[in-house]
Amino acid sequence: MITLQINGLQVKVEKGTTLLEVAKFLGFPIPTLCHMEGLSPYGACRLCVVEIGERSNAKLVSSCTYLAEEGLKVRTASARVVKARKMIIELLLASSPQSKTIQDLAAAYEIRQQRFKQEYEDCILCGLCVRMCEEQMMAKAIGFRGRGENRSIGTPFDVQAEACRLCGGCMYVCPVCSLRCTYNEPEKAICGACTNLSPPCLDKEQFDDMMCYMDPCVACEITKD
Amino acid sequence: MESTLKADEKYRKNPDGIISILENVQRKYGYLPKKVLETVANETGSSLVDIYGIATFYKYFSLKPRGEHLISVCLGTACHVRQAPLIVKEFENQLKIRAGETTVDKQFSLETVNCLGACARGPIVVVDGHYFSNVNKAQVSQILKKTRYGLDRIDIKKDERIFPVKLRCTNCNHSLLDPNYLIDDYPSVRLTISFGRKHGWLRLSSLWGSYNNESEYDIPVDTIVNFFCPHCHDELIGASSCPSCNAPMIPMIIYGGGLVQICSRRGCKNHMIDLINGICVNCENRHTCSFIKPEGGVWYCEEYI
Repeated sequence: MITLQINGLQVKVEKGTTLLEVAKFLGFPIPTLCHMEGLSPYGACRLCVVEIGERSNAKLVSSCTYLAEEGLKVRTASARVVKARKMIIELLLASSPQSKTIQDLAAAYEIRQQRFKQEYEDCILCGLCVRMCEEQMMAKAIGFRGRGENRSIGTPFDVQAEACRLCGGCMYVCPVCSLRCTYNEPEKAICGACTNLSPPCLDKEQFDDMMCYMDPCVACEITKD
Repeated sequence: MESTLKADEKYRKNPDGIISILENVQRKYGYLPKKVLETVANETGSSLVDIYGIATFYKYFSLKPRGEHLISVCLGTACHVRQAPLIVKEFENQLKIRAGETTVDKQFSLETVNCLGACARGPIVVVDGHYFSNVNKAQVSQILKKTRYGLDRIDIKKDERIFPVKLRCTNCNHSLLDPNYLIDDYPSVRLTISFGRKHGWLRLSSLWGSYNNESEYDIPVDTIVNFFCPHCHDELIGASSCPSCNAPMIPMIIYGGGLVQICSRRGCKNHMIDLINGICVNCENRHTCSFIKPEGGVWYCEEYI
């Protein structure tokens, strides 16, 4: 067991517990975006920053990837943490202002200004869909491509991957594209993808309900009848 | 494809080995064909997504076929302030392609890189591993011309320290050159060697200044090797020994007069040349000489076989 202090509270936790898990267990709220239970921690969005150490040694770390250490002193809502978090939300809001998840976060953290140029990106590269596809759906159909500003998520060669069985898991976990159907530009509102989609479970292998996130789904309606 | 993967047997099943496999594929085809990537994915058991991610992450890899010659123009900070962008533009104009593209005839690919580590000599342009420093706009057409002609050929021709020598045995006067086996694009010097209990052939580059050689054995460094003429089977041995390691020096006669001596110790790069006459490098009349000089800028007033 490891003893650490979190917001002045002494706790004993198992070895290998992340700071985020400790804080959640004690009820300290830490916002997250790229974290999801059941998926490996990734530390991409930096929303879950907490401050560790003292005075000049104090530093910000991402609590979802930082493991509990003996005698660690953690502050989950110090002025520095809140300032950093607000900045991150503001930047995320600038890159994807159409995302409901990010709008809600901004509202919760009282972001009242928008100092950066709005980009209307439909991806913040949080990697949730990539991990979902690999770790929960066992498909590995999508992944990161390119580097730097050309980095994107998608299938190899931009063609539909054989490994993909259209389970919809990637869309289910995505914090940005949940509004992709209406998008921010009205002329793009109807892409027609859903009407052209042939439900894979009809002619391909059958999967449990747990392995499909298409809801509502034509195939389910058909099989029910 | 098969051979590429077979050679990489040790990298298989090891995710760290994918880069090495892709490097070999890139070297073999000049780019990463989609089909090969799929084969690599199947053979290594890793997913195509991961391989595609690696292939698009590193600049070394290309998914589109590259031209025969790759021109890399440095756009690092030091080169940038010394007008490297103008050089890129000049290349683009002359080749009629944009940076990152390949000419229609598949001769040239143009790319920009961020630093080549030779900032003091910038702007730097690298063509197929040959560095051009302090490049200005006017030199661009010269670089392209040289590349079309062949960069290696120019190097040997221009560099007067490198020239081919024709050697013969000190005993039987037979030529030691083997026109059927080329090293450095010139006939190799064939010798018979023995060391320990092994007996076999060794072929040296006939270019003076080149240390390239091939042998049927892997000769351990520091071994003193006995050399024999492949025609009369007499041992080639001289009276002198190597000034740096004391092993015997092996003499061979230069066609046209003179003597080459090489150290018989493996790994010792001592060699010397005594010229009497005949080699153009030492000739005062070499620029006005009316003898026909065969390709590569040959060097003897008598015919080079």
